[in-house]
Amino acid sequence: MTDATLTSQLTAGSRPSAFARNLAHFRYVMTSNPVTFLAFVLCAGMILVALFGPMLVPHDPLATLSDKALKPPSWDHWFGTDQLGRDVFSRVVVATRLDLLISVSAVAISFVCGAAMGACAGYWGGWFDKLSGRFLDTIMAFPLFVLAMGIVAAAGNTIQNIVIATAIINLPFYARVARAEVSIRRNAGYVQAARLSGNSELRILMFKILPNTLPPMMVQLSLNMGWAILNAAGLSFIGLGVRPPTAEWGIMVAEGANYIISGEWWLALFPGAALMLAVFTFNLLGDGLRDLVDPQRRT
Amino acid sequence: MGQLTIILARVLQAVPTIFGIVVVTFLLTRALPGDPAAYFAGASATPESIAEIRVKLGLDQSLPLQFVAYLQDLATGNLGQSISTGQPVATELLRRLPASLELTLFALLLSVAVAIPLGVLAAVKQDTWIDQVCRFIVTAGVSLPTFFTGLLLVYVFYFLLGIAPAPLGRLDMLHIAPPQVTGFLVLDGLIAREWATAWSAFKQLLLPGITLALFTLAPLARMTRAAMLQALASEYLRTARAAGLSSTRVLMVYAFRNAMLPIITTLGMVFSFTLGANVLVEKVFAWPGIGSFAIEALVVSDYAAVQGFVLSMAVLFVLLNLVIDTVYTLIDPRVRIEG
Amino acid sequence: MTTQLHNPPLLSVTDLCVEFATRKGPVTAVRSVNLQIAKGETLGIVGESGSGKSVTSYAVMRILDRAGRIVSGGIEFGGMPLHNADEATMSDLRGREISMIFQNPRAALNPIRTVGKQIEDVLIRHAQTNHEMAKAKAIEALEHVRIRDAAQRYHAYPFELSGGMCQRVVIAIALACKPQLLIADEPTTGLDVTTQKAVMELVRDLTRSQGMSTLLITHDLGLAGEYCDRIVVMEKGEVVEQQDTRRLFVAPAHPYTRRLIRSTPHAAQSIRDLLPEDLRLPPPPAAPVVDMSVPLLEVRDLVKAFDPPGGFLQRLKMRGSSAALPMRAVDGISFSIARGESVGLVGESGCGKSTTSAMVMRLLDSTSGSIRFKGTELTTVPAAEFSRSPLRRELQMVFQDPHESLNPRATAAQSIADPLLRIEGMREAAAIRARVEQLAVQVGLQLELLDRLPHQLSGGQKARVGIARAIATKPELLILDEPTAALDVSVQAVVLNLLADLKAEFGMSYLFVSHDLEVVRLLCDRVIVMRAGSIVEEGATAQVLSAPKAEYTKELLSAIPRPAHLPRQVEAPVQVAQA
Repeated sequence: MTDATLTSQLTAGSRPSAFARNLAHFRYVMTSNPVTFLAFVLCAGMILVALFGPMLVPHDPLATLSDKALKPPSWDHWFGTDQLGRDVFSRVVVATRLDLLISVSAVAISFVCGAAMGACAGYWGGWFDKLSGRFLDTIMAFPLFVLAMGIVAAAGNTIQNIVIATAIINLPFYARVARAEVSIRRNAGYVQAARLSGNSELRILMFKILPNTLPPMMVQLSLNMGWAILNAAGLSFIGLGVRPPTAEWGIMVAEGANYIISGEWWLALFPGAALMLAVFTFNLLGDGLRDLVDPQRRT
Repeated sequence: MGQLTIILARVLQAVPTIFGIVVVTFLLTRALPGDPAAYFAGASATPESIAEIRVKLGLDQSLPLQFVAYLQDLATGNLGQSISTGQPVATELLRRLPASLELTLFALLLSVAVAIPLGVLAAVKQDTWIDQVCRFIVTAGVSLPTFFTGLLLVYVFYFLLGIAPAPLGRLDMLHIAPPQVTGFLVLDGLIAREWATAWSAFKQLLLPGITLALFTLAPLARMTRAAMLQALASEYLRTARAAGLSSTRVLMVYAFRNAMLPIITTLGMVFSFTLGANVLVEKVFAWPGIGSFAIEALVVSDYAAVQGFVLSMAVLFVLLNLVIDTVYTLIDPRVRIEG
Repeated sequence: MTTQLHNPPLLSVTDLCVEFATRKGPVTAVRSVNLQIAKGETLGIVGESGSGKSVTSYAVMRILDRAGRIVSGGIEFGGMPLHNADEATMSDLRGREISMIFQNPRAALNPIRTVGKQIEDVLIRHAQTNHEMAKAKAIEALEHVRIRDAAQRYHAYPFELSGGMCQRVVIAIALACKPQLLIADEPTTGLDVTTQKAVMELVRDLTRSQGMSTLLITHDLGLAGEYCDRIVVMEKGEVVEQQDTRRLFVAPAHPYTRRLIRSTPHAAQSIRDLLPEDLRLPPPPAAPVVDMSVPLLEVRDLVKAFDPPGGFLQRLKMRGSSAALPMRAVDGISFSIARGESVGLVGESGCGKSTTSAMVMRLLDSTSGSIRFKGTELTTVPAAEFSRSPLRRELQMVFQDPHESLNPRATAAQSIADPLLRIEGMREAAAIRARVEQLAVQVGLQLELLDRLPHQLSGGQKARVGIARAIATKPELLILDEPTAALDVSVQAVVLNLLADLKAEFGMSYLFVSHDLEVVRLLCDRVIVMRAGSIVEEGATAQVLSAPKAEYTKELLSAIPRPAHLPRQVEAPVQVAQA
């Protein structure tokens, strides 16, 4: 039996299980703040669209119909058609998966690496702290979007490299938050008490300190998610990473940009709005997540 | 310790940072997988020209030697040749820098001028409609992709309303650029007393400037509000109120000056965003700055140009941060002692 | 003292009610409070946390925060109604007629403005001076609060001054315009006892010489007893008693006042005296005889040096001066603790007592010296690896802040079970739960509280959880690092008794780290007085406290606020172990 289950069993028995308490707390957070609830609904909706969207769309996102080019929104084509006669609605829906995939994987990579790096630096200090600090400073010395451009340009114009570049420029945020949060708790009373209770240093870091740094990390995570989407879309807007005819929001806005001065607004508006909605959702989610993981908010 | 000493120390501290930047830009082109010579030679290169480039750039030598050569080149201001234009990269960048700087600085000024009063108001009038408006703008601002905002503004103000000029560069065709003094067309126009030119340049600047400012507004306003709220809840503010100081003095001298410190720190991050978003905005408005240059270079795989662009943007950012540090030092006495 | 009552009161508060808007609806913080202050009088408001004493004073100043509002009642100052005065009128009065000083003086000053300028701001605001004369007047105000080199200090920022110095500056700001009433809200909480004495005497001398009235708000009945003419006792938002100081101590009318007086350690003969009269506990069981011949812990020439603060530039600037040398927080101290003995380690902040206890606990590596526990040298095992040492179970600690020492994400049961899992290696959930419940009973923690998170527990309950965790492995040596400093006196009384009982029951030895000599007197057999990293005096508690040898010990003892009506009991010291 692992220690984690043992510890959780200590509170089990006739009392409500940890799962039930978490569920109750989740419900409390959802009902107490309608904005958080909205953000969770939007987020869930987006994940559903990403998973099942490609199966449900009315048209093939890549099928070109030259006789139907540049048609405004209609009953047949809700978001109109683009310069090659492709259905904009289908393309916007299908693009969700790719955009989310890029940003989720980028944020996941930088969250894991950044948190590990920052936590070690904050807990043990010393040469690793100095070295990682210098490394992060160097990343932060670049305007981050420009650095991402440079990395993709140098490493090659692929989606994989977009993910890596986005992960690298996000890394300092997580590492710094993790370092600061761990460092202020390194000698907190309950950490000292854990030392006296015979916990090893690694165990203290993993099970006593890191869980307590989750609330600020979660907020950072959700804010960065939005930022990561913006970055990836920005890179494809200037022609890096995703290439036509792949459906992706940034590149769709870029293609639509040429038509906006002649009044064909729907080409750029709908993918742009989808992009905005995604970022907006993740930004709202930040506050909700903080409420969810913060034990102080529990009653 | 004197303020001058501290500022000098800050400048010295920037040296390792710049060295780090140089190392990264060097590694970006030399250490990543792929054949740098083929990159530098461009997309239409033949095997012979690639081999020629390899020797010419010293790419057949060891990495440390290449780095030394790179440093020597940088010291003489040599950033290599641009394949697309045939000109030295440094010349190209310098020619286009004023356009980018004009846009960036205008946007920053605009953003600071709106965001800080907005944030202060939101904090002072906490939980009123002003606060709600501020919160809405902040959340919407960080959610809007810059290039998308730009396009929307173009569609509304150029296509629908027809009050904005076509989003094509810094000056419309009717005007000739004024003699160069600052490189900023609006200022140069004013200096040369060519009012119409200055006005035209200003009109061209307005939409991209607003686009960029909208993007940077959000983090600044958010931080201003938070910093003001913190200062307003502080114990020294309670002391000031208990001593009967007038509310303007309490607000401006006691609360706002203290709130300035986190705001200034945030400005560094805002600069980073601005310089990055600058690239996107330049593309949307066909603004002839270094961002557009970099995008054109990316399309044709003009390697030296991209490298030079990344390097110069980073150096620009370091310089802006230095200014921030200096201002911070002047405001916060604690930094002067701690060093 | 009572003669002033003939005059019309300077300040009179009638039926004051204050409410705070919270997420769960309005909460009444102050309920029908009545009090008067005569001209030249010093009135104390005494109460524990949550009694509404500070809120009352904020209401008088009309500086309640946004959530708070005066629901009903009147406040009159010199015949002028304040409860409904507009902000302009109030702002004119504040600092000129009524001033206020606060707890935590460093935070009470603007961190990025020189102290001189902050005094000038007040002088100019209330038209006491013009811009040309301001500087001279400000320096004068600094001299007035007995700050040496006032002309130089004028340019100092708050972070360059000590806590006591900052409080003098705050007083200078408050008294700059010679107001009629000074409200002092816990002005010395967090300051060392010697600094406290200096600050309080300054306030008393200045207000007396100018014929000012003072409203002193404090949790410390002893402090109020020494400096106030009359005392108002508050509990849960209400005034329970209002008396002349002498009468309050000699014949307290309200049961809460009696409890409060009892739980203040000054008057207590034994630790049981701290508890309310109606709570008759049996005397603590006889402790095992202290065997002085076999030391449990032996500390020899213990040193801890820290690197000088600041970065490269700082060190460059300090080069050659003594500040560049490593700071010796603990400078070669030696002492021992016998089995079953209780030793007090006393000193003011920064004297090295906490560093010493951290080294003995093996939370911190020493620079040099030896720590022997039951004959085993502890310093050979680095602090970072001591968690695996078999001696870990023998050395445990109760921390200063009961809240901060509990993991906010762990329930009380999980916190207590932690040493059982890690040190005892217990693996069976039912057995652990049984042992946790047994420990909870031993420390008097209700079992239904075991599944609560720390923020759902009161201060006293959290302290009990911390104690239960510390005794879970049945340690032989327990270090108590100011275990009651963050608690109200009535809770402190209960916790101290619990500690005394546990010690007798399990035969533990205590190293009791404290700044409070009165508490040490009740709990410890021997006392060690530290100053600036060294031991200045050591001896049996009764002897050190009744006949101190070192100058510093005398200074410490005389600085303890002591109401004249409450004779101290050092003449007949009682050691818990022999009670």
